[in-house]
Amino acid sequence: MNKAIHFTLNGKPASREVLTHRLLLDLLRDEIGLTGTKEGCGTGDCGACTVYLNGKPVNSCLVLSGELDGADIVTIEGLKIGPELHPIQKTFLQDGGAQCGYCTPGMLMMAKALLDENTNPTEEEIRFALAGNLCRCTGYAKIVQAVQDAAAMLRK
Amino acid sequence: MKRTEPFEMYQPTTLQEASRLLKEHGPGGRFLAGGTDLVIAMKEKGLLPKYIVDLKRVPGLSGIREKGDGSIALGALTTMYEIETSPLIRKKYPFLAQSAAEVGSIQIRNRATVGGNMANATPSADVAPALIALDAAAKIASASAERTIPLKEFFQGPGQTVMNTDEILTEITIPKTDPRLVGEYIKFSPREMMDLAYVGVAVVYNLGAQDKKCEGVRIVLGAVAPTPIRAERAEAALEGQVLTEALAEKVGQIAAEEAKPISDVRSSADYRRAMVGAMTKRALLNAAVGPATSWYDRRDRRY
Repeated sequence: MNKAIHFTLNGKPASREVLTHRLLLDLLRDEIGLTGTKEGCGTGDCGACTVYLNGKPVNSCLVLSGELDGADIVTIEGLKIGPELHPIQKTFLQDGGAQCGYCTPGMLMMAKALLDENTNPTEEEIRFALAGNLCRCTGYAKIVQAVQDAAAMLRK
Repeated sequence: MKRTEPFEMYQPTTLQEASRLLKEHGPGGRFLAGGTDLVIAMKEKGLLPKYIVDLKRVPGLSGIREKGDGSIALGALTTMYEIETSPLIRKKYPFLAQSAAEVGSIQIRNRATVGGNMANATPSADVAPALIALDAAAKIASASAERTIPLKEFFQGPGQTVMNTDEILTEITIPKTDPRLVGEYIKFSPREMMDLAYVGVAVVYNLGAQDKKCEGVRIVLGAVAPTPIRAERAEAALEGQVLTEALAEKVGQIAAEEAKPISDVRSSADYRRAMVGAMTKRALLNAAVGPATSWYDRRDRRY
């Protein structure tokens, strides 16, 4: 079933005819061409597909396009505004917060969501916030470090 | 991962319209709330709804409201994250906020709704034991009528509730509680996060300030029967008594006898039963000392 929807994508208004059963993840990657958002498990366990829907981080692999009329969507491509990298992107680079990199977009989205609410998180608060983002390279220590360093940068 | 098959999708803006759609289009339709169960069922288990009725355009179905009579209404579309972070719930019922925080990840909890979680009637649903322990009721509406039933009687079996296909769960109501009320929810699972409960135990009781007696005892078990169940013999054993470690142990053993667990890929029935005993004891004793401050604290907490 087709449906015309109007939404905001990375701050810009967009209109599209979508199939209602198409997943937001597939709409972003296969139709709009924003391939920064990754598919890991496809069942809401790994967080690689995290995007912001109406300001809140969600798994885009579990959102149907038919629900999206009027939605505000932000993907990893919309994380930085302007030419400067977001502090969380800088510290992931600086601290080696990525190994294979597949989980990184989701990690960055979730880390920014945490830092938007709390610029001085403890290690346990960071681990709690990132519980739904799996890194199968298991490089969690440096990811946590990168979030702590980004928080310090944001507090300055 | 398999993709969902095409289906018709409706977005009604009133409850009457939503209910009528199910009645007119007949079997094979599903209501959609947060989609964290429904979409997974379509992708993973091959569920093929003929049509989907998205409830999110119906106004008034979400949010947490304290009413004049001291009761609290949770709109069916209130998300787990809203319950987990609500100042009102955290203050009055920290164990309920915590049970919501046990569900999936933040990404899941931003979508998963309390109504969807109840309507899907998974035996291991994390917020069900705490809500039943608070004597919560389910408000159910159809195009022509509305009824309210205790949440304890709402569940009929795995995936089954008392609702007819054209009925919609609109609200969970928590009646006014005693100011002495304390409670605890323990989710027992091998991973600390992102896992389903092997055993879930919610306990609630009114703790006498002077005499330290326990009254209005509720002990509710999740994941160890076809539905969440109250361990009523265990409740009776504690009613009016002063809680001691020995009594908590005994009450836990009675609760274990009342559980009806199955063996599956996660755990054997015997193990689940033993853990009901241990977790009930721990929950009763933890409740008396007050809420844990963080998940690190909670993990290591032994009253």
